[in-house]
Amino acid sequence: MTVSNGSVYDDDDIDYTDIEEKYRVRFEEGFDNILVIDGVPVVDESRVEKLRTKIAKEFTRKGKSVALKPEDITIPWNNATGKSNGYVFAEFRSAEAANNALNEMNGHPFDVRHTFSINLFTDIEKFVDLDETYVEPEREEYEPKEHLRAWLTDPQGRDQYVTYRGDEVAVRWHGKPSQSEVAYEDHQNLRTELYVSWSPMGTYIATLHPQGIRLWGGPSFQLQARFFHPLVRLIDFSPCENYLVTWSNNDIAVAEGMPQGPRFFSAEDEGNNIAVWDIKTGNLLRTFAAVPEEGKKQMGWPALKWSADDKFVGRVTAGQQISVYELPSMGLQGKRSLKIEGVVDFEWCPHGDKEQEDPAGKGVKKVAENMLAYWTPEVANQPARVTLINFPGRSILRQKNLFNVSEAGFHCKLYWQNQGDFLCVRVDRHTKTKKSIFCNLEIFRVREKDYPVEVVELKDTVTDFSWEPKGERFAIVSSSDPNLGNPGPGITIKTDVSFYQLDHGKNDFKLLRTLAGRTTNTIRWSPRGRNVVLATVGSTSKSELEFWDLDFNLDELSGRREGQAQKEDWAAGIQQLGISDHYGVTDVEWDPSGRYLATAASAWTHTLENGYAIWDFRGQEVERHLLDRFKQFLWRPRPPSLLSKEQKRLVRKNLKEFSRAFDEEDAAEESNVSAELIAHRKRLVDEWNAWRARCKEEVAEELGVGQEPSGRQEEEREEIEVWVEEVIEQTEEVVVD
Amino acid sequence: MRPTDRTAGHERSLTQIKFNKEGDLIFTASKDSIVNVWFSHNGERLGTYEGHNGAVWTLDVDSQSHFLVTGSADNEMRLWSVQTGKCLFVWEFPTAVKRVAFSEDDAEIVCITEQRMGYQGAIRVFRLNRDGDGTQQNTEPQSMFHPVGSKATVCAFPYMSGLILTGHESGKVALFDAKSGDEVLSNERAHMDVVTDLQLSPDRSYFLTSSKDKTARLHDAKTLTVLKTFSTETPLNSAALAPNMPYVLLGGGQEAMNVTTTSLRQGKFETRFWHKIFEEEVGRVKGHFGPLNTIAAHPSGTGYASGGEDGFVRVHHYDDSYFRAKPYGDVEILN
Repeated sequence: MTVSNGSVYDDDDIDYTDIEEKYRVRFEEGFDNILVIDGVPVVDESRVEKLRTKIAKEFTRKGKSVALKPEDITIPWNNATGKSNGYVFAEFRSAEAANNALNEMNGHPFDVRHTFSINLFTDIEKFVDLDETYVEPEREEYEPKEHLRAWLTDPQGRDQYVTYRGDEVAVRWHGKPSQSEVAYEDHQNLRTELYVSWSPMGTYIATLHPQGIRLWGGPSFQLQARFFHPLVRLIDFSPCENYLVTWSNNDIAVAEGMPQGPRFFSAEDEGNNIAVWDIKTGNLLRTFAAVPEEGKKQMGWPALKWSADDKFVGRVTAGQQISVYELPSMGLQGKRSLKIEGVVDFEWCPHGDKEQEDPAGKGVKKVAENMLAYWTPEVANQPARVTLINFPGRSILRQKNLFNVSEAGFHCKLYWQNQGDFLCVRVDRHTKTKKSIFCNLEIFRVREKDYPVEVVELKDTVTDFSWEPKGERFAIVSSSDPNLGNPGPGITIKTDVSFYQLDHGKNDFKLLRTLAGRTTNTIRWSPRGRNVVLATVGSTSKSELEFWDLDFNLDELSGRREGQAQKEDWAAGIQQLGISDHYGVTDVEWDPSGRYLATAASAWTHTLENGYAIWDFRGQEVERHLLDRFKQFLWRPRPPSLLSKEQKRLVRKNLKEFSRAFDEEDAAEESNVSAELIAHRKRLVDEWNAWRARCKEEVAEELGVGQEPSGRQEEEREEIEVWVEEVIEQTEEVVVD
Repeated sequence: MRPTDRTAGHERSLTQIKFNKEGDLIFTASKDSIVNVWFSHNGERLGTYEGHNGAVWTLDVDSQSHFLVTGSADNEMRLWSVQTGKCLFVWEFPTAVKRVAFSEDDAEIVCITEQRMGYQGAIRVFRLNRDGDGTQQNTEPQSMFHPVGSKATVCAFPYMSGLILTGHESGKVALFDAKSGDEVLSNERAHMDVVTDLQLSPDRSYFLTSSKDKTARLHDAKTLTVLKTFSTETPLNSAALAPNMPYVLLGGGQEAMNVTTTSLRQGKFETRFWHKIFEEEVGRVKGHFGPLNTIAAHPSGTGYASGGEDGFVRVHHYDDSYFRAKPYGDVEILN
């Protein structure tokens, strides 16, 4: 090497010891690569070689990384007995390989009576050399954790919602205008790569990242759990928030050297797509391969269906079986699947409030059996049918054959009412000409003896069906529009909306009212029932929101006459409260209290006028935000109320008392706000005026230096009046006196 | 608002509208290569300035309503006699003229030429010979310079002498020395997208810009600091200051090329009135069938005119209620 002065460096003069030290190849000096395997059968001389090969084979079968050659196994010998000692030493290529083998093979059943228990050789040495004197462990400072449901204690009882815009995730409070504030926003901390999702009771918020899922919770949204599932795309919580299901399009692959343990995938999981996790421990419970359903491009999601009590999770293998797994072991319940030839889909029965309310009292006596309903198309000589079974009893409760549905294109969909009182099976079928589709609704009354079934026949195609929560009514959207099958830009499908109610006298479902000639395609019942919003979603030309009340004159009717009056005039209570419009609406969602409705126009669907709006149940706009790149709006769900029925009744009874206090609060708040706003405006005006005064001086100065402001002085106004006289017509008349 | 006069004298979209100082005349430039002048009170056409062979991008009229200057896509800037409609002088350039503006004393004209066909975008300042009939003009500019970086789209003379105010494609707003062409001051992040219009306050001490980034902003002419921001949900093509009232008028709409795919309702082809100080929208005026390209306010504040992509000029006269309305109570706001 030459440098500017021309001299050549002599290598001998330089001290390289530091570099040599740094890059020196380190040899395995210790016994880090040696494992002690205990629990090995005790053998005599004749079978030593056999044992050696058997052990090596067991290891090698687990994968390349833990491969073991027979000659690397050392079997200590007890000369007194002439037999082996029941433990062996195994030497691996490296400490890393030894570690892998330890993780993989510890607890491995060698044969029926022998199970490996493996330790690092160095560990054994360490424990042998352990200092026997007791040292008191240092007590760790207790760190109080934030309460995960702290948001419920808000003094104003406000709800929260999350917005996802651009890359920004923010959690906000929804309240009166002055109380609508950001609850949490930190783009460094809480952010997501795909979307966000609340858990069903609102305890956690999940964010999706290329590495996996993160769950956040508490008032300052701290990280609660992490689930390592690379390139995860879809997630689903179990109803009681105990478990999480994740799905990724990419098969699980376990690279060498990846972290290992109960929270991570192991070699057994390779090639699968669906993973089930325990939220509290963060452990991986089981993985599944996603089986694409035949004839369907898209996989159905959720792929795993949870029973309402988190005890079971079911999975359908189309045409063959329903596999139900028990939690938390994730083992197949009863060690066998429900073999059902031709099964297409199933749904668990939701649990009603009654079952959730008193887990101590009656609950013990009759632990609510889970129920599930499934349907099968016509197979061989057996007609298409819907079956209701209990679980884990697996006995058939009710089976209903569906006739005349042999044609192709026949399809069923199962809708449970949210209390599990009713099950509606929507059966779509072609007419004989196969040109149009018509629809039957088969309604099971699940709470009554022998599960009676009612059929509602409809001439049109039903595009949406929705039960009233906690109610006996349902709404459908039906259409006979010829364009129904071929949606295109600019085509708005004409639809009818109908409401049905259970008639207790006749025990069938009776049409309450049909609203004809609409464009509605989405029904959203308030979570408390009674109110319903009919929306036109995803259309480029229509975006109407209709707010309806189904018990409009209920309040005026005195308690006793109520039933009577309703019988006399069924549809009298149906009243439109308001109608409004949110251009380009893509999502419609009620808040958990059923008082407000949020609508959003998401940039995922289109880029026109993205943003969100919040309405009250009458259709009055509360707020509206037009935000570029707005993607997602989600109300934070609430867990079920802790108040007993009696307490709720008391609240309702004393509503006037309570509302007086709230009204006072509101009045005070309002005057406060307007005073603030006026002060703010005054400040703005003062700032502006001060700046203008300063500016005018500067301008005058500048012009004074330069020249006289030409044309600045108002020239005297010259008014010119011009009289224009026009003779329009002239007639001469001779007046004869 | 009183029923408006909708004048149809153009066959193609409007590019710029100007009132004269008294407000009795409206000058309109259009892509159909014609410049028209109208009576503002009844919308009657007074005359036409014919001669350009390409879309007329811009015009300005002096404070005495004596001279009219226009810039066109035929690479010419023309000087006209307002009264007779005669073309007095033609300046020729290598590229199209995108913006012209008179100085406050009517003695100078600034113009922007397009960056195209290997030519850099240029800003030229001409000294106008007001003596005689106006046909004796110097073809050479008094000064000329090429702004580096993003090209200039709009320009004007602020009250500070010797400086030129420009708005750029990148959203930059800058002050240039008219003689040397040095950039004296700039606000690179005034807007996030093309600056589409720039209109000065009557005393030229502050100005309003509109941009494709869906906002209009009020700036201090001296420091270029942003004083107020008006955020809408549509790209803006023009913004005007309402004289005597604390409002700004904003106009725009979906890009002309996207209009066919959007309905009238969502196109937002409305003039929006925003409160200048509180940055809140106070009203809207509908009317056009396409995006608004230009808005001009009557100098005495009795009305405004808007020109749209639809080829119409709409002249609006305010009702009494406009002058009486005090949406924010009785506050005195200096103009």
